[in-house]
Amino acid sequence: MITFKNYVRAESLEEAYELNQKKNNVIVGGMMWLKMMDKNFGTAIDLSGLGLDTIEEDDEYFRIGAMVTLRQLELHEAFNAYTKCAAKHSVEHIVGVQFRNTATVGGSIYGRFGFSDVLTLFLALRAKVELVGAGIVDLAEFTEMSRKDRDVLVRILVPKDTESVVYLSQRNISTDFPVLAVAVAKTPEGCCYSVGARPHYAKIVTSKEPMSAEEVVNAFSFGSNTRASREYRKKVCEVLVKRAGEML
Amino acid sequence: MEIKITLNGKLLTREIEADMLLIDFVRSEGCYSVKRGCETSNCGLCTVLMDGTPVLSCSVLAARANGHKIDTLEGLTAEAEEFVGFIADQGAEQCGFCNPGFVMNTIALLRENPDPTDEEIKKFLVGNLCRCSGYEGQLRGIRAFLEYRRGGNHE
Ligand SMILES: Cc1cc2nc3c(=O)[nH]c(=O)nc-3n(C[C@H](O)[C@H](O)[C@H](O)COP(=O)(O)OP(=O)(O)OC[C@H]3O[C@@H](n4cnc5c(N)ncnc54)[C@H](O)[C@@H]3O)c2cc1C
Ligand code: FES
Ligand code: FES
Repeated sequence: MITFKNYVRAESLEEAYELNQKKNNVIVGGMMWLKMMDKNFGTAIDLSGLGLDTIEEDDEYFRIGAMVTLRQLELHEAFNAYTKCAAKHSVEHIVGVQFRNTATVGGSIYGRFGFSDVLTLFLALRAKVELVGAGIVDLAEFTEMSRKDRDVLVRILVPKDTESVVYLSQRNISTDFPVLAVAVAKTPEGCCYSVGARPHYAKIVTSKEPMSAEEVVNAFSFGSNTRASREYRKKVCEVLVKRAGEML
Repeated sequence: MEIKITLNGKLLTREIEADMLLIDFVRSEGCYSVKRGCETSNCGLCTVLMDGTPVLSCSVLAARANGHKIDTLEGLTAEAEEFVGFIADQGAEQCGFCNPGFVMNTIALLRENPDPTDEEIKKFLVGNLCRCSGYEGQLRGIRAFLEYRRGGNHE
């Protein structure tokens, strides 16, 4: 269980950032993950009063606020039209509707979780993250950055030049964590293959020409955990990449 | 800290601890229908409506609910009455512990989608776990209710 002494609904990003510089304080997104930790914090910093709960669109980007919920992502018409429902497919198996009504995109990306469906999708979409602190950074770079930073994730920027994208995951039981997650996108830079839940956090490989499923499997490392063995994951990856390629 | 929450239509002003969870708040106000069935935001037993949206009250801070409207089964008995009988008729309930959360989320489903398909029902209610049943009875019950509402027979 987590406890904290104070609660502050931040009134500006600067205030949130300032408060977050203290190691004993913590930003609260949806709190679904945070709640499972066993820790005593000083101040809980709530970002829910900063208008970060919208998905906006301009000529270049979809700008997804950090406090947008997974359910909003699932139901957003324009973003799902753009991603051919890959957004919906990436989150629809996460726990349940009530859960997705409060779990946030910001918490999901900031956490850079190994099992993350959300991270897997946004990597293939070549998203950028907007941080108070480091500024605008490619998501691929953000996943490799130190997890000890005290930045505030403000928005996720999704460029609008992806031609097509497919999201597929394999689960032992619906609503469980994925055994493997795959997102493949056709982009001006070539084909982007994002593979997550290996069970390590998602990574991406880009190639001018489409790669064979076998080549994709060989480009990633896989591991074993309670959900599946390394060998099984490699097999599943090969099948999902092949299917995604056919669906693109 | 002080919060103002409209709980089941009544505006409450209360002094709470900063880290109080919404589930503990509503229970302290006598809403015992709201149950805690897990520690991992997984079971759906604690479902309440926040501004009409179903959320897990075990994972929402009471402080975040400040200024919002919260509804529990205690405040929605009339709406629940419409369909709970159909579920009971199927013998779906055994211990009944999961029932309030299940009913709350079904209310949310039927408000959003008054005539859902089986697939839509399952997708919406998948986050409501039941240890006793195989979910078939609940599905049959909701189906029977929809059938009745469409003007068909109530078996
Ligand atoms: C039981 C369970 C099952 C799950 N299953 C899946 C699954 O199958 N697939 C999947 O992809 N995900 C899954 N998740 C993860 C979930 O979807 C969310 O990604 C996770 O809960 C984090 O989002 P949150 O909004 O709850 O963030 P929180 O728990 O509030 O925060 C997570 C971390 O990010 C920090 N943080 C949050 N927002 C910001 C911000 N704007 N700036 C800086 N730091 C921030 C917090 O301080 C914290 O360290 C699961 C989670 C749980 C609890
Ligand atoms: S108590 Fe299990 S989800 Fe809230
Ligand atoms: S009837 Fe016992 S948990 Fe559902």
